[in-house]
Amino acid sequence: MTALDNVPKAQTPEVKEGVDEETVEAVRALSGKYKYGWETDVEMDYAPKGLSEDIVRLISAKNDEPEWMTEWRLQAYARWLKMEEPDWAMVEYPQIDFQDQYYYARPKSFETKPKSLDEVDPKLLETYNKLGIPLKEQEVLAGVEGAGEVATPEDNSTRAAGEAPDATEPRKVAVDAVFDSVSVGTTFQKELEKAGVIFCSISEAIREHPELVKKYLGSVVPQGDNFFAGLNSAVFSDGSFVYVPPGVRCPMELSTYFRINAENTGQFERTLIIADKGSYVSYLEGCTAPQRDTAQLHAAVVEIIAEEDAEVKYSTVQNWYPGDENGKGGIYNFVTKRADCRGDRAKVMWTQVETGSSVTWKYPSCILRGDDSQGEFYSIAITNNWQQADTGTKMIHLGKRTKSRIVSKGISAGHAQNTYRGLVSMHPKAKDSRNFTQCDSLLIGDKCGAHTVPYIEVKNNSSRVEHEATTSKVDEDQMFYCQQRGMDEEEAVALIVNGFAKEVLQALPMEFAMEAQQLVAISLEGSVG
Amino acid sequence: MAKAAIKQQKAEATEARLAGLTLPESGAWAREAREAALERVRSMGLPHRRDEYWKFTDPTSLTAEEPPQASVFETGEPPLFDGVDRLKVVFVDGVFDPEASDDLSLEGIEIERLSEAMAKDIHWVRDLYGKIEGASHEKVDRPLAAFNTAFATDGVVIRVTGKPSKPVSLVYLHKSERSDAILHHCVKVEEGAELTILENGPAAARFSKGLEVDVADTGAFHLVRAQGRDHERRAVTGTFARLGRESTFKTFTLTVNGVMTRNEAYVELTGDEAVCHIAGACLGDGRDFHHDATVFVTHDAVNCESRQVFKNVLRNGATGVFQGKILVKQGAQKTDGYQISQSLLLDDDSTFQAKPELEIYADDVACSHGSTSGAIDADALYYLRARGMAKAEAENLLTLAFVAEALEEIENEAYAEELRERLAGWLERRRDRAAG
Repeated sequence: MTALDNVPKAQTPEVKEGVDEETVEAVRALSGKYKYGWETDVEMDYAPKGLSEDIVRLISAKNDEPEWMTEWRLQAYARWLKMEEPDWAMVEYPQIDFQDQYYYARPKSFETKPKSLDEVDPKLLETYNKLGIPLKEQEVLAGVEGAGEVATPEDNSTRAAGEAPDATEPRKVAVDAVFDSVSVGTTFQKELEKAGVIFCSISEAIREHPELVKKYLGSVVPQGDNFFAGLNSAVFSDGSFVYVPPGVRCPMELSTYFRINAENTGQFERTLIIADKGSYVSYLEGCTAPQRDTAQLHAAVVEIIAEEDAEVKYSTVQNWYPGDENGKGGIYNFVTKRADCRGDRAKVMWTQVETGSSVTWKYPSCILRGDDSQGEFYSIAITNNWQQADTGTKMIHLGKRTKSRIVSKGISAGHAQNTYRGLVSMHPKAKDSRNFTQCDSLLIGDKCGAHTVPYIEVKNNSSRVEHEATTSKVDEDQMFYCQQRGMDEEEAVALIVNGFAKEVLQALPMEFAMEAQQLVAISLEGSVG
Repeated sequence: MAKAAIKQQKAEATEARLAGLTLPESGAWAREAREAALERVRSMGLPHRRDEYWKFTDPTSLTAEEPPQASVFETGEPPLFDGVDRLKVVFVDGVFDPEASDDLSLEGIEIERLSEAMAKDIHWVRDLYGKIEGASHEKVDRPLAAFNTAFATDGVVIRVTGKPSKPVSLVYLHKSERSDAILHHCVKVEEGAELTILENGPAAARFSKGLEVDVADTGAFHLVRAQGRDHERRAVTGTFARLGRESTFKTFTLTVNGVMTRNEAYVELTGDEAVCHIAGACLGDGRDFHHDATVFVTHDAVNCESRQVFKNVLRNGATGVFQGKILVKQGAQKTDGYQISQSLLLDDDSTFQAKPELEIYADDVACSHGSTSGAIDADALYYLRARGMAKAEAENLLTLAFVAEALEEIENEAYAEELRERLAGWLERRRDRAAG
């Protein structure tokens, strides 16, 4: 953890022992329950169940969208109708009835904008409290008029633990929260505006910045890309939009918090990030959902465009409800994430910690089009009980001297199935390119499975591709060592797994790294003994 | 194209292909085995370009009614394994040639023609013919293997009861430009017995070969094969093996030239402490070279070891494919599985495609795979050139060194040496395409 190396000991949570204690505490405190499994009783405004052209038009109308956007959605819907649900992933789930879903749900309190926190639905505020969002940010998130214009540094003092001591400004994170289908508010918008950064909900961007949305939406993940992306294109209700102008280093981390609250509601958010020439942005995404007996659908699309010399970091902690210990309920997470390194020397880094969802189908990818562009993928996927994850990445090398690096750590416990599926493709013109892939799997218990399905295609000889994969179990010597020092079995496993996934945890921004380490422990609860 | 449409297209193409065919004459049990295999072909459908398992290789020329023409190629080299003391069994365009073959008696083995065995009412091969092939479709459809079982016209069946003094050498000669040969061999290695099989030759314009090997407890089976050098030949081969306790199964395949080669291997480790090594090297020259090694190893017992080592050297637009899989079933603890596929691309036109898979359902295992692809290491080349070696010579040396790791998998040093010499010859020919 390089960021911590130069920090005086006293201020730092000691990386080794400190974290482990936290992990252990978290496990104890939660005692096997899904931390985010509450539901907020907020009055909702639903669109009728099912999917049709009318519903697509309704979603578009609810978002006050211009005609071209409605047309775009209808086009996507027409395509989707002709598409088939993919069945190649190593996941099994009952047939989804796409007509038995709500495609739009919106907290009623958003019909009119509240003037102050007092007017905001208290249930919604409760939600934010449980999510751990600082009070002053809540105002902004709740859409209180005029809030968020002045950002006080104290707001963020709690987050500064991971900061380097020489940083005079405390670390700021701008948050966009998406509650069921609607973006409920974005913090620090004014301050970002000063830097020229646009960070808002995608529905707002469609209204306010149509030229940017028209130019980039669907340019990385086209409407007909795949079944779930097609569905998303037709019915996405909200999501985040980021535009960083040329040469701008985004002054703070941007963050989106997704939450599915309503029952039988699919969440279909759409994220579009554009990093113009020479810009930089780091983006964090987190997600939770309440505990339910029935499975819920989530089909998101994230598109990233990195122009010349731009750099984008995209980090995800995915903690949707994974279903109970008998495999009942949970989120079906079908996500298409893709970055297009359009310009020379563009760089995109995906980092993901996948601990939630009963079914995960997700392959954050990079198209390395610009010469000397770079793509990185760091992933931890933990499956326990009856969870199934089929996740990985695609690195498509088109430009000369492009580089990619894949580090994937899969951990499987209980009756879970965990698959890494990836593609590394070196096109004939991608001369002198380089790929390195490392996929490691760890098995805990003899009822689970860990699988690796890499595809490697090399069409020129000046490029080098290296792929390595290993599968093993938690080392008995390490377990013995930990237990001898007084840890119980579960603590020891959490510690060892955290060590196993170290390379990926280190790639996360500090705020997420802490949360992720705790999640690792929580997710594996009940997997031993 | 929609899945249903592909399925329909496959079914129609399969029926069209089967329409003109009749099952070869054979006795009652064999007839049954062939019919069962034919039923498998029908239910799976012949391979289609859109099948996941044929993602990197176009099966069209292997399933077409008529084999594309393949001219006979004179290498000018002495036949492989000529100097080896062996029991020679010769097939010309897929037909057993008793004149050219040795007397089929050797202490420690019983060897017969497949057609003779199939004509008999009672024969041990009844429990083997089509059985391991039939079991191989559990995870993946292999319709061409079932097709081979249904329509094989010749082959040998070998029962190994002891340790024969010399190897059985299967020689496949190619004399007709339109030959379409379908051979199927069965080998049963009894407890504690051992056999080595050598195979070489281009066989036919289009060659389909099935080999089923049942190795009983503590038995051992070795296979060293070199697929013939005819540029235009096509081959689809399937090696199917079932391994008992403490048994050993080792194969090595050298492929040089050939417009289309698909070599599949399917091995089940069903007895504890069985060992399976599958290795291969392919040298491809030219746009008309396509080689596909597809390997599937299933661990279904404890303490077993499997090893896959594959090396490809490709130039002038050649294509090499590797699809390898290690499947560890629940309960197959203490498995040691290893797989490596590497490719050396000697120029910018050649292509390597790989899909090295692991599917693991047991926790106490150590499985790993690796795959690399790239050009000759510039530093190593520089080192040799700095010591006065000519560029071409240095490249040849480094290429040989690259392939050496796969050749080391051959236990018998004499066979390995003979194949090594052929490799050197291939390297020399590189600037003289006309000589092949």
